[in-house]
Amino acid sequence: MVILAVLAAATTPPPFAAPNSLTSALGPPWKGLTGSLGSPSSLQWLKKQRQCKRKAGTSSICAKFELKPPPYPLDALEPHMSKETLEYHWGKHHRGYVDNLNKQIEGTELDELSLEDIILATHNNGDLLPPFNNAAQIWNHDFFWESMKPGGGGRPSGELLELINRDFGSFERFIDDIRLAAATQFGSGWAWLAYKANRLDVENAVNPNPTDEDKRLVVVKSPNAVNPLIWDYSPLLTIDVWEHAYYLDVQNRRADYITFFLEKLVSWEAVSSRLEIAKARAVEREEEEERRKREEEEKSSDGEVAEIYVDNKSDDSEAE
Amino acid sequence: MALRTLSRKSLAGLTRNGRGGLGFGLVPVRGLKTFTLPDLPYDYGALEPSISREIMEIHHLKHHNTYVDNFNKALDNLEQAMDTGDSSTVVKLQSALKFNGGGLEGGGEPPKGSLGWEVDNQFGSLQSLKQKMMVEGSALQGSGWVWLALDKDQKKLSVECTANQDPLIVKGANYVPLLGIDVWEHAYYLQYKNVRPDYLKYIWEVVNWKYASEVYEKEYP
Repeated sequence: MVILAVLAAATTPPPFAAPNSLTSALGPPWKGLTGSLGSPSSLQWLKKQRQCKRKAGTSSICAKFELKPPPYPLDALEPHMSKETLEYHWGKHHRGYVDNLNKQIEGTELDELSLEDIILATHNNGDLLPPFNNAAQIWNHDFFWESMKPGGGGRPSGELLELINRDFGSFERFIDDIRLAAATQFGSGWAWLAYKANRLDVENAVNPNPTDEDKRLVVVKSPNAVNPLIWDYSPLLTIDVWEHAYYLDVQNRRADYITFFLEKLVSWEAVSSRLEIAKARAVEREEEEERRKREEEEKSSDGEVAEIYVDNKSDDSEAE
Repeated sequence: MALRTLSRKSLAGLTRNGRGGLGFGLVPVRGLKTFTLPDLPYDYGALEPSISREIMEIHHLKHHNTYVDNFNKALDNLEQAMDTGDSSTVVKLQSALKFNGGGLEGGGEPPKGSLGWEVDNQFGSLQSLKQKMMVEGSALQGSGWVWLALDKDQKKLSVECTANQDPLIVKGANYVPLLGIDVWEHAYYLQYKNVRPDYLKYIWEVVNWKYASEVYEKEYP
């Protein structure tokens, strides 16, 4: 396997021992997530499962990851994003990540995992394993295409707008923030709007905003392939600021590209529906936490009952 | 930019007064000079067909120029911060200087003399060195540079990669850059699109081994 040059991610490794196997790196948060969210529902950014078949006498064989097309034709975003850009960006870069990941994971323990689980396992607390870049970039690009639509732009509405006003002060302030994040991400990377409703200590990574309150919208930026899943945030919107995303159209003028994206391409409907899902997920996880606490309490009270039973027995023996 | 060759001519352009000097490494603490965009020692179309005129114009007049402007701004801010004793700002500006100053550094005749001999000695052949740089440059995730470095202390050549605009010195103070190849997408995208390996294959036609040899021989006369 070619050892890819790894660049430091935005996170620093937390002070606990590295896991022995890749899947154990997933840890309680992710296993809990899998367990509690029984309904496959429409949790779009979770569990992009592939079909796995079991052949008699051998381990399961999974279908490879496939390149998902954008939800519009490649020329549909013109004139703001050219067909040529889509042809290269989706047809070459995104396709390359898919092909390369499939090669990397074939026959390994990652082969049976969902894309999200591969990302979390190979993030490896910031000490990136080779499949991370490909896996995360597949996820990021799927998410990016779906963050845009022909005739996009305008303003958000409903609950999304309410939360934006609450957490940023105004829609204009939010636009300033995400524009700044996109413009100042040095080198390659992404700018995000995310919903943050997580425990502050996340086992697989260090939360970059440990002092923020839970349950709010945040703007974050990330380098290269890193995305907010590793911080247990729920991504709502992303802007790709790798140069390949805009160079054919506006060359070095990244600021113009960001403007086109925010004014003409962004799909606020997609962002709103992701917000709905993020909130539902947060509620489910809270309920799961409550359930777990109750179970633990019940266990300890069971222990007291057992001791009483032992006392009764010794009374009997004395009687004899 | 594809390859920054620091000829005497371009070094002269680095200070307003036309004095030589590499800039951020050697500039005195007070009285920081303003840097100007040095001219290329060749025409924009001179590296065709390996690197197109269009790329050279944008890379030099836009990207490189922006780094010079931002570097100057950072120096102004640094001077102010130092004058007012604002040490946290001084430290913060170092990354701006590193980022933009790194962008200020960075054809085809194979190296002769002692460098040529050392390349053969260490890598087996020039082709083998090129191959290694191609592989490492292609594997670099995101933006960065691939370098042929000289480790002054060990007297050894090595191939190193740095992220973004980090200069080679982040790998160690003992490293001297002999060659730097920009693998930011802006360095090749208009011409080679996503195929970075092709760019790394054809760039050897315009690499300035003469400069690399000069630097090497200066260390080991």
